[in-house]
Amino acid sequence: MSEPGLSARGLRVEFGLPGGRTARAVDSVNIRVAPGEVVALAGESGCGKTTLARALLGLERPTAGAISYDGTPLRYSTRALKAYRRSVQLVLQDPTGALNPRHTVYDAVAEGLRIHRIADNESDRVATALSHAGLRPAEKFFLAYPHELSGGQRQRVVIAGALVLDPKIIIADEPVASLDASVRGEILALLLRLRDEFGLGALVVTHDLGLAWSIADRIAVMYLGRIVEQGPAEQVLTDPQHPYTRALVSVLPDSPVPGPIVLSGEPPDATSIPAGCRFHPRCQVLASGAAEAAGVADQCRATPLPVLADDVGAGVSGDDPTRQVACHYAAAATRSEA
Amino acid sequence: MSAQSSGQTALTSARAIAWARRRAALAGFWREYRTQRTGLVGLAFLLMVIALALATPWVTDAGGLDPTKVHGGRLDAPSLAYPLGTDELGRSVLLLTLWGARVSLLVGVTATLLAIVIGSLVGILAGHFGGWTSWVLMRLADWFIVVPTLVLAMVLLLVLGSNLFTIIVVIGVASWAGTARLIRAQTLAVEGRPYLERARALGAGHWHQMSRHVLPNVMPLVLASTTLQVASAILLESTLSFLGLGDPNQISWGTMLHRAYEAGAVSYGAWWYLLPPGLGILVVVLCFTLCGRAMESVVNPRLRGGGR
Repeated sequence: MSEPGLSARGLRVEFGLPGGRTARAVDSVNIRVAPGEVVALAGESGCGKTTLARALLGLERPTAGAISYDGTPLRYSTRALKAYRRSVQLVLQDPTGALNPRHTVYDAVAEGLRIHRIADNESDRVATALSHAGLRPAEKFFLAYPHELSGGQRQRVVIAGALVLDPKIIIADEPVASLDASVRGEILALLLRLRDEFGLGALVVTHDLGLAWSIADRIAVMYLGRIVEQGPAEQVLTDPQHPYTRALVSVLPDSPVPGPIVLSGEPPDATSIPAGCRFHPRCQVLASGAAEAAGVADQCRATPLPVLADDVGAGVSGDDPTRQVACHYAAAATRSEA
Repeated sequence: MSAQSSGQTALTSARAIAWARRRAALAGFWREYRTQRTGLVGLAFLLMVIALALATPWVTDAGGLDPTKVHGGRLDAPSLAYPLGTDELGRSVLLLTLWGARVSLLVGVTATLLAIVIGSLVGILAGHFGGWTSWVLMRLADWFIVVPTLVLAMVLLLVLGSNLFTIIVVIGVASWAGTARLIRAQTLAVEGRPYLERARALGAGHWHQMSRHVLPNVMPLVLASTTLQVASAILLESTLSFLGLGDPNQISWGTMLHRAYEAGAVSYGAWWYLLPPGLGILVVVLCFTLCGRAMESVVNPRLRGGGR
């Protein structure tokens, strides 16, 4: 399968916990990020978004499954990882922590070049990366220390540090969560501009569906280590099928889903994933009896759902080849419509 | 071309500015240090002792240390010719004290550097690699902490034979463990920072992470702990020498005390033979401790008392 971009198949990451328990942070995930495409990975805290991002970067060794870049499987030898990192780069949530306080902006951006021993035109490359990240004139920032910059400027420095290696894909873990609203927009616009101008692909990890709405081409919604719904951003957000997505969308302003849906039940625990549909203990559709009426309540409690493929192939809901939902009720609803 | 040359000039000035910033950081450190009166007193006395020790070969005659060339009486009380009296061989105690300071300081500082290098290396490795490596290294450090330092040093000296070099090595080997634990703790704190994650994602290897990120961030702590450790290294050297395990060909303060004891200076009442090396040790150890505490509180402001 030689599709361009970054893809993961059957990715699974488990952590051993004291007492012999295992937390399954990522449980069979298929995801794909193509160049020139912004994919948002949304979900609540603790659902495994960050672990998935770290695994995609090769920072976390998956327990099972494979990651491939441009059709080549990722290997975990030091050399292979180093080569991989020229193509796939990371932007962290907190730019203040992501920059070593003892390094100047120049050092921080040039760090990638030095690690990869790219010695020619170092200062030109740094200047170009900084100006692509929107810090102009770049030379003015060379000698500044992170504490002398604003939060937005720091995040731009972090982005420049990733851009300097000419990556094809950027994985951004909550890139604007620690920035204030006015700066957020600028950073998001920057990501979109990088996509349009350089064909950069991005996986943006976020807990904020509103943000996903404004930048993403596709959205994948994650719950308890698995992607429960994915598809084109517009479609997922205007017509959410999965009850969990509906609950998330319902609290957005101008939501297409009537009334805020407040999820009940305990927050999910990755050490004991419920049988059947993993969302069923908190599912508002099951609780309201609608699932019972549709005759799928037993399936919800007992029948495991198939893992969603990435964007190719027919989904569970079957109505759209690119739109997929892992939900017994949604599948039943589509069947009865057909 | 012009872009490149402007880049070059930017870089050279970058280096200049980096140095300027380093100087500014040092000046900031000094400003903080200056506010600590005890640290200043310690530093002043310490500089005085070091200056005296360095100047000794020029202002005194080393021949006065040779028992065959001296004319003083045996254990003479202080007089004009011998301001601090003489030892059992008729040598000037003042001269011995000045020359002893050189050996004591040399051993103290060198052994500490050795201990700090071993300790930092072990600490950073243990903190960076974690898991199995950390476990082995830290159990080793625990062993060195649990075994009484003096006993360990004595046994090692008896096995290796006593000269200046082995004393330095033995003191260094016997006292690195505390530093290793300290540095490991600080390394763990630095390792948790997102910039290490970023460096890893950029493709940084272990060496890059340790040398560019961890080491610069644990360095201030290393320096403060070095200063404190010099004091205990000097004490250990004196103790070993007093117990007769010093280098017989060198005169240190500990050796002087040992010889004074052997010569019966205590029962003879020869206070002039016992007090100068003893006070020398006391003053130098106190000075190093005061400086070290002051540096520590500059590096780690939480250690400062509520008075400030």
